[in-house]
Amino acid sequence: MNVAPLGLAAARLPAGVPAQRAQVSSGQFLTACRLAWEQGAQLVALWATDERDRRRGFCVRVALEDRDGLTILEHWLPTEDSRYPDLTPIFPAANRMQRTTYDLMGIGAEADDQRPWLWMASWPIDRFPLRRDFEASPKWEPGQEEYDFVRVEGDGVHEIPVGPVHAGIIEPGHFRFQIVGEKVLRLEERLGYTHKGVEKRFEAMTMAEGAKLAGRISGDSTVAYAWAYAQAAESIAEVVAPPRAAWLRALCLERERLANHLGDLGALGNDAGFAFGLAQFSRLREDVLRVNRTAFGHRLLMDVIVPGGVARDLEIGQALAMRDQANGMRAEILELRGIYDEHAGLQDRFRNCGAVSAELAAKLGMQGLAARASGIARDLRCDFPCAPYDTLAVRIASTGSGDVAARVAVRFDETLESLRLIDAIATRLLDPALAGDVYAPLPDTPAQRFAIGYVEGWRGPVFVALESGPGATIRRCHPHDPSWSNWPAIEHAVIGNIVPDFPLINKSFNLSYSGHDL
Amino acid sequence: MTLTGLLFQMLQIVVALALAPLLIGWVNQCRAWLSNRSAPPLTLPYRTIRKLFTKDAVVADNASPIFRITPYIVFGAMCCAAAIVPSLATALPFARAADAIALVGLFALARVFIALAAMDIGTSFGSLGARREMFIGFLAEPALLMVLFTASLISGSTSLATIVDAFAHRELGIYPSLAFAGVAFTMVSLAENARIPIDNPATHLELTMIHEAMVLEYSARHLALLEWASWLKLFNYSCIGLALFVPFGIASGDDWTALATAALALVAKLAVGGALLALIETLSAKLRIFRAPEFLGTAFMLAVLAMLVNLLLGS
Repeated sequence: MNVAPLGLAAARLPAGVPAQRAQVSSGQFLTACRLAWEQGAQLVALWATDERDRRRGFCVRVALEDRDGLTILEHWLPTEDSRYPDLTPIFPAANRMQRTTYDLMGIGAEADDQRPWLWMASWPIDRFPLRRDFEASPKWEPGQEEYDFVRVEGDGVHEIPVGPVHAGIIEPGHFRFQIVGEKVLRLEERLGYTHKGVEKRFEAMTMAEGAKLAGRISGDSTVAYAWAYAQAAESIAEVVAPPRAAWLRALCLERERLANHLGDLGALGNDAGFAFGLAQFSRLREDVLRVNRTAFGHRLLMDVIVPGGVARDLEIGQALAMRDQANGMRAEILELRGIYDEHAGLQDRFRNCGAVSAELAAKLGMQGLAARASGIARDLRCDFPCAPYDTLAVRIASTGSGDVAARVAVRFDETLESLRLIDAIATRLLDPALAGDVYAPLPDTPAQRFAIGYVEGWRGPVFVALESGPGATIRRCHPHDPSWSNWPAIEHAVIGNIVPDFPLINKSFNLSYSGHDL
Repeated sequence: MTLTGLLFQMLQIVVALALAPLLIGWVNQCRAWLSNRSAPPLTLPYRTIRKLFTKDAVVADNASPIFRITPYIVFGAMCCAAAIVPSLATALPFARAADAIALVGLFALARVFIALAAMDIGTSFGSLGARREMFIGFLAEPALLMVLFTASLISGSTSLATIVDAFAHRELGIYPSLAFAGVAFTMVSLAENARIPIDNPATHLELTMIHEAMVLEYSARHLALLEWASWLKLFNYSCIGLALFVPFGIASGDDWTALATAALALVAKLAVGGALLALIETLSAKLRIFRAPEFLGTAFMLAVLAMLVNLLLGS
């Protein structure tokens, strides 16, 4: 975005995407955000840092994305009592991020909604884990938290609490339905059950160790997180990974996308009672994971991407195997897509179910796959392609109806596109011209540097903000999952739908709990 | 009541109890094969029952006696139903005590108790399941009664044994009314036995469950009895269907060789029927719950058509 009309000075930020940072005063903060919104920007992340050791109080940072790239607004708060303006009227997705910022850092917004979000009575409410002077005490007992759900009153209206313990083996989240008959009047989510203090843990690590933790924030997006973290770490160290490493990273990212989309397509069929789909797609997914294991030593490709490059080169035989697999799988997926598309019962469940209109999606600031299914054609691989995507010409998958069927269709399109990309990348990797190192060791990283990483994972853009401390340590690391922006959209998607359709709608988004709760 | 008759009667109940888990195991095997999975062992349901009987039962603190006695009532009702459905023989002493309407009543009794038990402990899923079960039930029962009435009209009796005797000994021919009734009965059976497309017996999604939601709070022997009862229900429905629409091979006198033939015929027919059920389930997705009235409405309409065809055309 252009911050010049506000009289702000923006500094360029080293990153894989065009990025800049600007400091705003409390008066300019809201104006800048409103201007950004008018210029078509969406909220990517909101987080805070404790700068009291530098005698600067606290800093609230907001990352915004528009057609020009990322803009990071920094707003300094002198004391812990000072508040910053509420951004929810402009960006509704800011609500939970602001509440989390208070839970973890003790810095509040001037908002009406002051309920905790990640805090669940496992530490005293007046202690804030992300502050530098925070010390945990073994004496703290987990307490009981009374969360203030919004209730709907009326004749025949009742409540169904679901979770955090579910009938199946899935991640924990609580869903509070207000229903009449089978119709959902309101859904309110309560997340935070998998909060494990990842951000705090980063601060006790070196930049190299952090890569491992970044890859474990959300297991299904390990490649995206590891790449985003590596981007940030490399920007701080001012090194560029070797070209071959970039191709290998893209290969891993596409294989991760492929495996997750295949799993979801099967699970979506199964949740509509079509177990045949699950069996077929699970088999295909398993094939992908096994090749991953032989080629890179890990089924989910954990720890393959490291700051400086990749941990392991691809053998020629494996590159050929991946190419064959991609080409063989295409026909099978097309056949299965035909079955899904022609199945009247399945389409009846998918269509008009959990619809989010393009207008609502834009208002809520949805990101990634779910946004593309609602007609918001944004994909980092196309909008701001980093190497090697700048030569791959990724075709964006986007439809407009915003229902479960649209999210299924986008998954199919992206699966086929990923197969094409895997084929293209594997072919390129066989080219002797691209042979060479896959790893460039990072020199000692300078302290007090700030950089970001931004990578299009399978769920949406994964954002990592990293600041270095002395001696190659991490001063602050804030990983941000696209689920933050999409969880609130589910609350809107289910309104007016019937209760038994919720699992299907939820699965069609398939958002991360772990990546969100941190 | 002859001694042989009594023996036949006892044997039929034992056969039902023993074969019901086998039938569900067979259906699950076929389902697995049809979706290219390796199948669970045929004997898995027996092992499940054994496992559940050796566990300690956990009952909610606020459960009333209804919650505790329901498994026994439901299991008992299904055993009674197994006694009056002519699966092997028609010369059954008990069959005279209860006719087709009483049979529907027995199923309804089990349904009412299982729904009461589900609401008894006051969890939201229990009430949700109970509500949906009654919703399905009130649509399915009239259709089932209509099917049985059509059969009664043809044979001139509401006693199942008499109906089946009459059907087994008529000359081979095409009865349009029975064709309609057969389709209607298949649809009702799918709904009543919590199968796809109405309910999904394999689901882990508590918000979509119907039958499973009602038994979520049960464990150990209570759960074993309820599971066994639901398998018996499927077995009973299959036997009603076989007795009405393919009654050939059933033993009509008190003759032991006929009984042996009947047993073999029953196993063969169940194997085919189970495979067909698995095929239907594999090919369909689950219906949105508010499509269930359309589905069961169609079943009811077909059953009424069957009756009208019989009344107006006499065929």
